[in-house]
Amino acid sequence: MSLDRVRIGFIPLVDAAIPIVAADVGFAAAEGFAIDLAREVSWSNIRDRLTLGHFDVAHLLAPLAIATSLGLGALQAPLAAPVTCGLNGNAITLSPDLYDELMDHFAPDANLFDPRATGAAFAALVRARRVRGDEQPTLGMTFPFSSHNYLLRLWLADAGLTPDEDVRLAVVPPPYMVDALEHGHVDGFCVGAPWNAVAVSLGLGRIIHLGVDLVARCPEKVLAVRESWLTEAPERADALVRACLNAAQWCDDPANRDDLATLLSSPHRLDVPPGVIRAALDGRLQVGRGVRAHDDYQIFGRDHALRPDPRHALWLYAQMTRWRQASGEEGEAARAASVYRPDLFDRAAGTPPPSLLEDPLGVFPGV
Amino acid sequence: MTDRAIPDRPLKIVLIDASPVRAAILEEGLRDAGHANIMRIADHANLLERIYAIDPDVILIDLADPSRDVLEQMFQVSRAVRRPVGMFVDQTDSAAIEAAIDAGVSAYVVDGLRRERIKPILDTTISRFHAFSKLRSELEHAKSQLEERKVVDRAKGILMRSRNIGEEEAYGLLRKVAMNEKKKIAEIAQSVVTAAELLG
Repeated sequence: MSLDRVRIGFIPLVDAAIPIVAADVGFAAAEGFAIDLAREVSWSNIRDRLTLGHFDVAHLLAPLAIATSLGLGALQAPLAAPVTCGLNGNAITLSPDLYDELMDHFAPDANLFDPRATGAAFAALVRARRVRGDEQPTLGMTFPFSSHNYLLRLWLADAGLTPDEDVRLAVVPPPYMVDALEHGHVDGFCVGAPWNAVAVSLGLGRIIHLGVDLVARCPEKVLAVRESWLTEAPERADALVRACLNAAQWCDDPANRDDLATLLSSPHRLDVPPGVIRAALDGRLQVGRGVRAHDDYQIFGRDHALRPDPRHALWLYAQMTRWRQASGEEGEAARAASVYRPDLFDRAAGTPPPSLLEDPLGVFPGV
Repeated sequence: MTDRAIPDRPLKIVLIDASPVRAAILEEGLRDAGHANIMRIADHANLLERIYAIDPDVILIDLADPSRDVLEQMFQVSRAVRRPVGMFVDQTDSAAIEAAIDAGVSAYVVDGLRRERIKPILDTTISRFHAFSKLRSELEHAKSQLEERKVVDRAKGILMRSRNIGEEEAYGLLRKVAMNEKKKIAEIAQSVVTAAELLG
C-alpha cells in the first residue's frame, strides 16, 4: 500500500469517469502515483474489499459509505470521503408497457416533466391496478443505501403512495438493470448513466424523468477510503484529491467528450457503445416523447461538485431515518455528516472553502 | 451471542452459485459434514421471495454473483423478514471474513446462531471453494497441454511431408530448434504451423 500504487474498485457507471480518467489520462501519474482499477460486480463486494484492505479507495454510493460508517448495513467500518465523483446522472425509466399504461392516467394538459404530475398519474395507475386486483409494478433500484432508492421513494411518497406497500422495490446492480427490464424482473428502474440510455437504445425502456427533475444537485458516488488509510499517510489522500480535481476538469471540457466516451466504452471499463455514453455526457437523452437536453444531467467537477458537502450527507441520513434504515439516535446525524470531509478536500486543493449555495439540493426544483 | 432462537435442529443452508460443478462440490462437502438440509439456487428470478419461503439459517453466495446486492436488501425489509439476518458469525472475526472473501465466497447467517455451529460450515465452504479453483486451474492446464500436443502433431506432419522425414526425426528437429532458441517445443511447432498456413 505504497503511495505509488493505489487500488480502486469501481462499478461500471459514467460517474466512475473521474477515477478512470485519473488512471488512464495521466493525472494520477502527475501526482506521483499509479492507479490499479478493478471492476466489480456488486456494491457489497466493493464495500467488503475496501473495508478489508483489498482496495485502498472505492467508487462507492455515498449513502453506503455513510451506512457502513454508522454500522447500519452488513459490515461496520469507519470510512471517509475526501472527494466525490460529481453529482446527478440518474433517470427513471419504465418498460414501454408501463409507460403506456401511465400515459392513460395523465390529465390532458399535464406537464410530463413535473414529478408531481407524473407522481399523480402513477398513483392513479396503482389505484386502478388495485381495483382490478392486478399485481403492482416492481421498480428496480441499485442498493438499499442509494440515491436511487431515495429518489424513487421521494417521488412515490410525494404522490401519496406508501413505497413499501404500493409498489415492490427490488435491488438490481446497475449493469444488470437493463437485463432485468428485458426479462420482466422489473417494470422500471432508477439508475445512473449510462444504463437508462442503454435501455432506450435497445427499445426496452422509456425515460420518464431525469434525476434533475426530482433533485437538482443530487449526491451520488464518493471516493471512499478507510479512516486508517488516511491516518497512515495523509499525503496519499492529498495526491488522490488533486488527481481527481484535474481529471474532473478534463471530463468537464466538451472538447474531450469524444475521448472520454471512447475511454469509458472499452470492455474492461463500462463495455457500452461510445455513442450511448456520449448522449449521457451531453445530457441529451431520448425520453418517452422526444429528446430532452439538460446541462446538469451529469455534473463532474464544475460548481465545486467534487467538494464533499456535509449537508448532502445530512440529507442522505434524513432519507435513512425517514425510511427506517436508521434509528435517528442522538449523535448519529453528526457522525453521518462527518463521513464527508471537505477539510481534506480543501487542504489538498490548497484553496479556501468556497461560498456555498444556500440550498445544496433543490428538491423538486421545477415545482 | 446466544443460541436461544435456534435449537439444535439441522441447519437450513442455501447455496447461491451459478457454477453447478462448484455448487455440487460444496454440497457434497457439507453433506459429508452432516448437513443434509441444503438447497441450491442457480437463477435469480424472485430471489428474495424464494429465500423468504425457504427461511434458511445460512446463505452462502459466490462473490462473482451480482445478486449479492439483492441479499443485502434483507437487512432492510424488516417487515418481510421473519428473522434478522447478519453477515458472518461475528464481525470481529476479521480473519474468517478475509479467508472467505479470498476464497471468493460470502456468508449470511441468521442472528442468534452460535459461532461454533457456523465455523465448520464456513471452513468447509472455504476449503471447497479453494478446491474448485485448484480443479479449474488443473483443468485449464490439461486443456492447454492437449492443445499443445495437437499443434506439435500438426507441425510434425508438416515437417514429415515437406522434408520427407520420419516422425521421430521431425520431433527431433523441433526439439533441437526449441533448445537452440530457448523456447518451448509447442512455440516452435506453432510457428511451423503458422508459416505453413502463410505459405499455403
